[in-house]
Amino acid sequence: MKQKRRLALVASKGTLDMAYPPLILATTAAAMGWEVGIFFTFYGLDLLHRQRLKNLKVSPVGNPAMPPPVRSLPVKVPDIVGALPGMPSVATAIMKRWMRESNMPTVEELLEIARESGVKLFACATTMGVMGIHQEDLVDGAECAGATTFLDFASEADVTLFV
Amino acid sequence: MAPSGIKPDQVLDCRGLLCPLPVIKTSKAIRSLAVGQVLEMLATDPGSKPDMLAWSKQTGHELLEVHEEDGVFRFLVRRTR
Repeated sequence: MKQKRRLALVASKGTLDMAYPPLILATTAAAMGWEVGIFFTFYGLDLLHRQRLKNLKVSPVGNPAMPPPVRSLPVKVPDIVGALPGMPSVATAIMKRWMRESNMPTVEELLEIARESGVKLFACATTMGVMGIHQEDLVDGAECAGATTFLDFASEADVTLFV
Repeated sequence: MAPSGIKPDQVLDCRGLLCPLPVIKTSKAIRSLAVGQVLEMLATDPGSKPDMLAWSKQTGHELLEVHEEDGVFRFLVRRTR
């Protein structure tokens, strides 16, 4: 075997639906024995925020792929309906139900798997400063770091993705 | 690959689970075996077949057998290191 492969990801989105792709890729790469680091920046930092992590939502607005509650219906939810009060909570509940019914782990469980398997969790220092987030607001294992640290890590990566 | 009659040292049931769980659980389980021992993993996710081939290629653990019957994939993996 050659030396370990490395995956460097940027997680920039703070919605429930967009929390999954970087965490699935990270945990899978770790399962293949790769070194993995994720740079959580801007809204993506919510995925490392103790409180916000528990309240991630799916937005039906500006999301043309948002399906109706019954997946087999051939219609999408129009923005004007998605914008009604309570709709993000409905959309979020629906997605959580789909995930549960498919035996998928929750975002918190995936993050735990990532941490257990040694995935580096870089918390964007600039985002922390701009949004007034402190180290104690973040989950265990989150390391405050700037773009320089991430680019240094990414410069030796075999795969780099921005999510 | 056809059933080879190899007896696994451990069986891991991932039926009903989707990516990334079968691969994550497999990599966890293989570490609990001794080098040379064989793990049997069962899965129903059709993506698990290419994924297990890729996992084997990436990790170096040997995929001895892939067998599909009635929508259930059966993988035999030998720990190599």
